[in-house]
Amino acid sequence: MKRTARCGIIAAMLLAASAHAQSPAADEAVLPPAVLAHASGEQIFQHICQGCHMPDARGATGAGTYPALAKDANLESAAFAAATVLSGRRDMPAFGPRTDLQGFEAMLHVDLDDAQIAAVVNYIRSHFGNHYADTLSAADVAALHPPTPHKP
Amino acid sequence: MSDLSARFSPSRREVLRGIGLVAGGAAMYRAMTALGVTRGSKYTGPVDLSGAPRGASVLVLGAGLAGMTAAYELRNAGYRVQVLEYNARPGGRNWTLRGGDTYTELGGERQHCEFDKGLYLNPGPWRIPYHHENLLHYCRELGVALEPFVQVNYNAYLHSPAAFGGKPQRYRSYKADYQGMVAEQLAKVVGQGALDKEFDKQDREMLLESLREWGYLDGQLRYTRNDGTSDTRGYDKDPGGGLSGKPVWSQPLSAKDVLNSQLWHALPIGDVYEFQTTLFQPVGGMGRIGEAFGRELGDLIRYNAKVTRIVQDEHGVSAHYEDAAHPGVTRQVRADWCLCTIPLSILGQIPMNVGSAMADAISAVSYAASVKIGLQFKRRFWEEDERIYGGITYTDLPIFTIGYPSTDFFSRGKGVLLGAYTWGASAFQFTAMSPAERVREAVRQGSQIHPQYANEFENGIAVAWHRVPFAMGCFGEWSDELRAKHYDNLCQIDGRIALAGEHASYLPAWQEGAITSALDAIGRLHQRAVAGAKS
Ligand SMILES: Cc1cc2nc3c(=O)[nH]c(=O)nc-3n(C[C@H](O)[C@H](O)[C@H](O)COP(=O)(O)OP(=O)(O)OC[C@H]3O[C@@H](n4cnc5c(N)ncnc54)[C@H](O)[C@@H]3O)c2cc1C
Ligand code: HEC
Repeated sequence: MKRTARCGIIAAMLLAASAHAQSPAADEAVLPPAVLAHASGEQIFQHICQGCHMPDARGATGAGTYPALAKDANLESAAFAAATVLSGRRDMPAFGPRTDLQGFEAMLHVDLDDAQIAAVVNYIRSHFGNHYADTLSAADVAALHPPTPHKP
Repeated sequence: MSDLSARFSPSRREVLRGIGLVAGGAAMYRAMTALGVTRGSKYTGPVDLSGAPRGASVLVLGAGLAGMTAAYELRNAGYRVQVLEYNARPGGRNWTLRGGDTYTELGGERQHCEFDKGLYLNPGPWRIPYHHENLLHYCRELGVALEPFVQVNYNAYLHSPAAFGGKPQRYRSYKADYQGMVAEQLAKVVGQGALDKEFDKQDREMLLESLREWGYLDGQLRYTRNDGTSDTRGYDKDPGGGLSGKPVWSQPLSAKDVLNSQLWHALPIGDVYEFQTTLFQPVGGMGRIGEAFGRELGDLIRYNAKVTRIVQDEHGVSAHYEDAAHPGVTRQVRADWCLCTIPLSILGQIPMNVGSAMADAISAVSYAASVKIGLQFKRRFWEEDERIYGGITYTDLPIFTIGYPSTDFFSRGKGVLLGAYTWGASAFQFTAMSPAERVREAVRQGSQIHPQYANEFENGIAVAWHRVPFAMGCFGEWSDELRAKHYDNLCQIDGRIALAGEHASYLPAWQEGAITSALDAIGRLHQRAVAGAKS
């Protein structure tokens, strides 16, 4: 519980980090951790990714930009897409393991395993006007892990 | 300490006060310059900026609290200052949504705030610890009225659908029972000789005595149903006067239920340094601080100016910007120095010729997710039915938080609750919903704690920080490891550019962090400017 206090928005996570896991009912709108841990590529996109990339993956621009994933030529490389999801880039959070985070910061992080990262990348590469035929496996994602398992 | 008025002779001060009253701070400043009060007069702000080189200029990017603190002090010290701000208003994350406001999030969803007059949501900052001295200093200096913010309310709830059949527990009762449980068990093992090695007889007696007081134990060192425990955890019937006044004691929860409910996770929150009594909030909403700074700086701030490129050379810094409302035409401004307070979430995408150390630091930090939802109800049922006046209920439902207003107690009209304040996986998922879905979900979940929601709810507004066009996230998420590697490089001046803001502080997600980072950075920029002018 290191440094949980340092942050203006600390607090109920002390409670929520653990106890929500034991809530009996699977909540439809907000997937509890145990359900999220087995969510499909489509569910992950709809519950996590579309918060920034938007429901139809068209992206959005304000003072900065969330890039569109729809008709996205950069997705030609499945490895590029998977590495972005795994390790993050600038304001794109890392969804792979972050061993540098503890306490409150760890609770802020959403951890997807290699199979889920493969699934969501396969999903975006075959939807929203993207028609890439090749797919990724969990093993392909495993090979992309950086030597230190978090962002530089 | 930087009270401007202390520096003037009375007659000039009177003239200026008159101008200030009639025309506001910016006009007053122009008048001050005309009267020769600022330039050359000794600067006495919170950082040493004395002896600003004549004509030196600073470009400030972003009119949040970091940018406006910097602009205010630099201007007072005699620098020529310009501020570029993306929004049409000052404050940045210091922001209040009031009835009549509209808010369009990234993706284009527009919400109209339908709250009654006087009711508001602070979508970002909402509380100020008493020891955030720099922020409180500016509140005093700019005339922002403060009132207490209730953090700990013993009569609010701790709740989990998985504990006590989903029945919310009063903080007061659960806390007493938790302490009683710990004290009773510890007293037991002391009695059994488990601590005989650590403590001599006198120490042990002292310990037992303190446990009796701290844990409300009876003569046999047990935590039981009696007047002492009821006077802590609350009565089933409160004591009163006359023949009907006899109290009814309440029954403590069982020790095992106290433990296994895990509600103890939330007990120490109010003991955290930042949450210790007394906390404050501006009367009328946190946004009053940004509004006051904005009034003070007047037309030094150019609004609707979206910075798209930052270029420095050996003589100065240029910022390219376009009209946020009508993109296309790019303009430029230039100054000797630049203080950039644009959040890293956005700055990482803006081309800027700094060295790789600073560039890597900017890229290393992503931003936390957080969502706040304000809900208006027809009446203040939490006060009328449940005697909850301010403070916070903590739950492990995805809404995490129900915050009760710390103001207008006992008023007859409507009221606005903070119906959700959530982070992590829960906040990412709330962000992925439409605003209407977020509000619906907050009402659905909250009614498990307050069944009155069903009849009393009227309207709501939801702010998901990753969808906020000017922030794209809640706050810069540092780890110790990232900090060790990048923090100093982020804060170090690169040529003629310095960065400031919440992200450049050891107080992430606090306004005090933004303000102190700005003061620190302008102090160092000033030294460079003075050194450069002498050479
Ligand atoms: C949910 C939440 C709860 C919080 N709770 C608290 C609390 O209770 N107490 C507390 O003290 N603090 C709290 N904070 C933290 C506080 O809000 C911040 O630390 C502080 O307001 C940050 O100030 P800043 O000046 O660094 O950044 P900002 O306020 O973000 O200012 C940056 C400015 O830059 C502008 N900008 C962005 N991009 C561009 C561009 N391209 N061109 C021009 N301008 C641009 C923005 O519009 C903005 O005005 C909270 C924050 C959040 C989000
Ligand atoms: C918090 C906001 C946020 C969330 C949530 C988010 N992204 Fe991103 N994403 C970004 C940003 C910002 C970028 C641009 C990064 C950069 O290069 O600066 C990006 C870039 C990407 C890219 C690279 C696109 C390109 O054309 O270069 C991919 C692929 C991507 N995201 C996939 C995902 C997936 C899959 C998810 C869900 C698991 C996701 N993102 C969730 C913010 C987000």
